[in-house]
This record gives sequence, C-alpha cells and structure tokens, in this order.
Amino acid sequence: MDNKPEIGLLRFTTAGSVDDGKSTLIGRLLYDSKSIFEDQLENITETSKRKGNVEVDLSLLTDGLRAEREQGITIDVAYRYFSTPNRKFIIADTPGHIQYTRNMVTGASTADVAVILIDARNGVIEQSIRHTFIASLLDMKHIIFCVNKMDLVDFSQARFDEIKAEVIKLSKKVGAKNIHIIPISAKFGDNVVDKSENLNWFNGSTLLHLLETVRIADDYNSKYVRFPVQYVIRPQSDKYHDFRGYAGRLAGGKIFVGDKVTVLPSMLTSKIKSIEDFGNERYDAKSGDSITICLEDDIDISRGNMIVPSDNLPELAKEFNVMLCWFNEKSLQIKSKYILRHSTNEVKSVLSAVNTKLNINTLEEDADKKEIKMNDIANVTIKVASPVFIDDYKLNHVSGSIILIDEATNETVAAGMVVK
Amino acid sequence: MSDFKINTNHLKLLEDEAIFIMREIAAQFEKPALLFSGGKDSIVLVHLARKAFWPAKIPFPLMHIDTGHNFDETIEFRDNLAKEFGCELIVKYVQDSINQGKATEEKGVNASRNKLQTVTLLDAIEDEKLDCAIGGGRRDEEKARAKERFFSHRDDFGQWDPKNQRPELWNIFNGRKNMGEHFRAFPISNWTELDVWQYIMHENIKLPSLYYTHKRKVFERDGTWLAWAPFMELKPTEEVQELDVRCRTIGDITCTGVTLSTANTLNEIVTEIAASRITERGGRADDKRSEAAMEDRKKEGYF
Repeated sequence: MDNKPEIGLLRFTTAGSVDDGKSTLIGRLLYDSKSIFEDQLENITETSKRKGNVEVDLSLLTDGLRAEREQGITIDVAYRYFSTPNRKFIIADTPGHIQYTRNMVTGASTADVAVILIDARNGVIEQSIRHTFIASLLDMKHIIFCVNKMDLVDFSQARFDEIKAEVIKLSKKVGAKNIHIIPISAKFGDNVVDKSENLNWFNGSTLLHLLETVRIADDYNSKYVRFPVQYVIRPQSDKYHDFRGYAGRLAGGKIFVGDKVTVLPSMLTSKIKSIEDFGNERYDAKSGDSITICLEDDIDISRGNMIVPSDNLPELAKEFNVMLCWFNEKSLQIKSKYILRHSTNEVKSVLSAVNTKLNINTLEEDADKKEIKMNDIANVTIKVASPVFIDDYKLNHVSGSIILIDEATNETVAAGMVVK
Repeated sequence: MSDFKINTNHLKLLEDEAIFIMREIAAQFEKPALLFSGGKDSIVLVHLARKAFWPAKIPFPLMHIDTGHNFDETIEFRDNLAKEFGCELIVKYVQDSINQGKATEEKGVNASRNKLQTVTLLDAIEDEKLDCAIGGGRRDEEKARAKERFFSHRDDFGQWDPKNQRPELWNIFNGRKNMGEHFRAFPISNWTELDVWQYIMHENIKLPSLYYTHKRKVFERDGTWLAWAPFMELKPTEEVQELDVRCRTIGDITCTGVTLSTANTLNEIVTEIAASRITERGGRADDKRSEAAMEDRKKEGYF
C-alpha cells in the first residue's frame, strides 16, 4: 500500500454546549459535502415535518438512539464519517453537558483535532473553558473554535473580534497551541463548506477547507519509539517451524531491520532480524503500522512486554503521577485498588495520593480534594504492583496513557495521562 | 490502480487499526469466533485476520448462522474459503431453532428469518462457550450502529445496553467480563461502504460473483428490488422480471435488496458506489420496519 507522507485520514472531535448547534454543524458538513444519502435525507425530512419544523432539521442526522431522538439530546459518543477528494474524516461527536466530560475525553483520546463551538451571543462561557482545557489536556494537535450563530449577531465583525480576544486569552491560560478561530453560521451554512457573503470581512479559511488542509505533524520522527507486544505468533507448521514473531502496533518513530533493541521489563537486548508483513519483505516500519517483529536472539517475550530502542528507554516506574479523569458514579477513594491497563500490559494498582484537584470550569485549584467524583479531573499518584514502562503523555500518547478498571464490576472507571 | 479520484492512503490506517483489534481479540478472549455470513464485510474480516496472524493460521473458527434462505453460491463460496485458508467452520441453522420451538417463523409477504437469527446466534454462543463474536458491523451502516464500541459488552442474556457502554480511550480495550457474559467485537467499525470496496480492490480479494452483474429474477417492493426465490410470497401487484442486477449486500435472501447494475469489475463497482446516493442498508427490508428497528434488534442480541 502506498505510504505517502500526507495524512489521508483526519480524526476530529466536536464539543459544544447544549444549544450551540453542534449537531446542526455536523449535519451541515455532511450535507454540504454531499455525504448524506437520499434515503437518509428523506428520513429526516419526514421526521422534521412530523415535528412541525419548516426547515429540515440537520441535527436529526446525528441522533442515533431512540431516547436521543425523543429528547433531542446526544447521550453518547457517536461516530460519523465523510470524505472529500482530499481526506477521509472521522468525527467523534460528543455531548456538551457537564455530566458528559467523560465522553469528551473519550472522543478526544482518538482525535487529532478538536472543534469547539461557541455561541456568538454568549461568547466564552464556563463550558468553553472546560472544552478548551480538555482538548489541551488530551494534547490535540489543533483546536478550531467555531463562533457559531453569527446570523443572530448580524454577522458583526466587532462581536467576533471581542470573542476572538477572549478565546486567545483562554488558550494562553490553558496552554493550548495551534488554535484557529472561524465565524460561522451552521444553520445557514456560512463559512462551513462555502465561503460566506455575509462574513466577507473574514479572510481565513472555511471550516471544511481548514479540516482538509490542516497539517497533522506525523510522529514518524519521534525518538520515543515504543512497541508494546500484543500477541506472540508461533505457527508450529513445518514451513515455519522455528518462527517466533512479536505482533503489535508501532507507537512513535521508525524502526529498521538491524536496530539494537531492549526488551522490557527483562532488559535483555537483541537486534531486529526481520519485520514481517503478510509475506512481504520489508526493512522498516513507522508509527501506526501493525507489524510482526522477529529478533536475532531467543528471548522469552510475552504480551505486555515492550520492545524499545536500546538508546532510548522509557521510565520503569513503580510510582508515578497522572492527570486522572474519573468516569464512574462511585467516587474514587484514596487507597482504593484498581486494575491498571497500560498499552497491552495489566497490573494491580493503588491510588496513593491526590495531589491537586482542578475545577475545570474556572481552572482554579479545588481546596476539597478528598473525594474524586464522576467527571472530576485530578493530579494523582498511582502505585503499581510491578513496574510499567511509561513516558510523559505529551511525548508518546501510547506509553503515556492508562485506564483504570474496577475489579469487581470490570467497568472502565478512569483514564489517565502520565505527567512528569 | 484505478482512475478513481478519491485518495486511498487512508486504507492503510484503517487496515492497521483493524489488525490491531484482531490481535487484541485473540489476546484478550479465550474462545472467540468470527461471524461469517458470506457477505463482503465478513470476507474482508477473514482477510484482515489472515494478515494479523500470518504466517500462523487464524486462531479462531468461522461461524455461520444459516437462515436456510441463502443464495446457493454463498454456501459454496463459504466452504471453499474455509478450506483454502485452513479455517475451522461452525454452521448453526435457524431451522434447528424453529424445530426446537425456540423461534417462530414469520408469516405474510414480508416474512423473513433475519430476526430469528438472534435466537440461533445466542444459542450458538452458549453451546460453543464463545466469549467473543467478531462481526463486520460498521458505524456508518445505521444510526444505532454509530454508537457501537469496538469491544461491545453483552450481559448474560446477550443484551446490549447502549446507554451504559464502556468508554474506549486511545487504543486500550477492556474485554474483562463475568461468567456467562460475552463481547461482540467490530474490527472494521470505522470503515465506510466505500472503504470496504476500495480495500477489496486494493487487496484483490475474491468475492462471490453475486456482487458482480448477473441476470436474476427480481421484483420491486416499496421502491426496492428484491431477489425472487420460490418460497417468497408476492403481493398481487408484484411481478417477477429478469434483469441485470448485482448485490450490494448479501444476507438472507428474503430481505437483501439488489441494485440494477451492469458493473462487472471492482473498478466499475467502486465508481458506482462513490456516485450512489442511497445507503446500502436502504435496500434492506429489515431496517425499514421502523425508525429504531436496528436499535431494537441489537439490544436483543442481533449482530
């Protein structure tokens, strides 16, 4: 398959408050990029009529579950797809309510870009702060602020400039980089796919054009090359009698046949003998590739181990700090034990301290840090039963992220980003 | 490769993701099985599984829930594929569930065994002690599917609770479960119909000839062309004609719509799909039953 350097796939997440028009925006992107099919349009036109709407309600396109359609809300992360001749897009559409912080974190964890909606009438509000903070925490490569409903402020440049100043101030405060700000009207399509006549004072790109061209710096050049072993392949057939391959997905940088590697946690070293790819001979692999590696030496390696370049090892940590986002109705307690999953590795863990708890609506430190409730974000210290191989989240999203699982219910109760 | 304009370098990323999921399934579950319908999506799954574990064989069996209302070619294709790639094949019959009194045949003109498959599937999962059933479901197919996870938890009645799903972060998948519960896993969640076709073309994957143009006896119902079979009841106004058609999806014959088409190569099919203004499930009678038809079936344990 061709390995052109340009990225043909962009994943973005959308966040906005309840009435910011997020569903309408997504509907508009799908509609104007001709990604809506006739039978889907027929379906929502009929539903709109039945509900007594004059215009076709594009937001109906993204409401998947019966309860959502009935209540006119989004409950869960929904995934949408559309393509232009330049890129394929995956949208993680997340609800905006405060109680759905966990959904935004989930949606952002697999995204490169966050699109945050701001109502032109209201400007930057508490929810905008939260959305911007989460996007920055999850290390989005770009954040695009859409100042929506410009039609309701008479397409006023002065109003847009006011909001723009607020957004820049906020972004500086949370350390958000690569921000873009666009005035739009999702309802009427201004600056979404087509340039707006009403907003002719705005010189920047339309939203779609920006999404099509925004550069997602690939991490092929990263030094933090990590290969978590997923599965050991042993064919036990006559032809491949001695074959022993380590299957996984390369996270960060590139590897080459002949590279000197260290296996964690055993710290044994070897060299990459071959990189297998369905019978095709290859000499290198890059970040994101699902491959199978064979080593020169017979070393005991199993799932949960990590193969890394010998000249750049992650930290083998028994105790470390993470920014933790709590997902469960049952609040987190100090000294509670959880199963910690880190890449393909699973260990027992205990929460040893809450260092700081943030009020993510004000970005102030919360004095009461005894209890971590659903949707809270806190800097905590976690102790693990055996060492995990970690990097700072900003250096490598795979080796820098964890989830916590409740042993009794098997539920995923938290997500964490390693901070050093 | 083709004169088709949309770039294809996203296919590599989708493939890498799907292979990653396949390996997670093999590593996290004790007894998974790949649900094989003979349709293009499950054929793509088999191809991805072969790539994921090469040079070893696919470490789980294929399982077909057979409604008995098949296109003949599907069965032949299925058996040949299992033989060629050395896969274990499990077949479970909806007819058996009907004979045992667990499922009741639908009556009337729109009768279909599609919904009855759920009973047979859940029994098969229990009988075979499967803890994960791998499916070719895609989020772009239908609005309830858009909320689906890669690893989708099912309770001990096989039910899906869409409002209480486990969050999936980064590429960390939590397949832990209690006794009696199982998972459905969907490695090609993020693919669209066009992606599947482009991938089939790119990888030169063999498909049943039903997907290419052929002459077939068909009739029109509610704006959809359906393949005719002797056991199907016709309304008085419906008339069987022989036309040039191809299947866009292949499932139970009673509810699989066909497309009037003369596309005879993958390139022609991809061009046709890209220009199409109707979703592939738009031709499926089973989804037309109500606005939440898929959501309801999925909650009960459907694919």
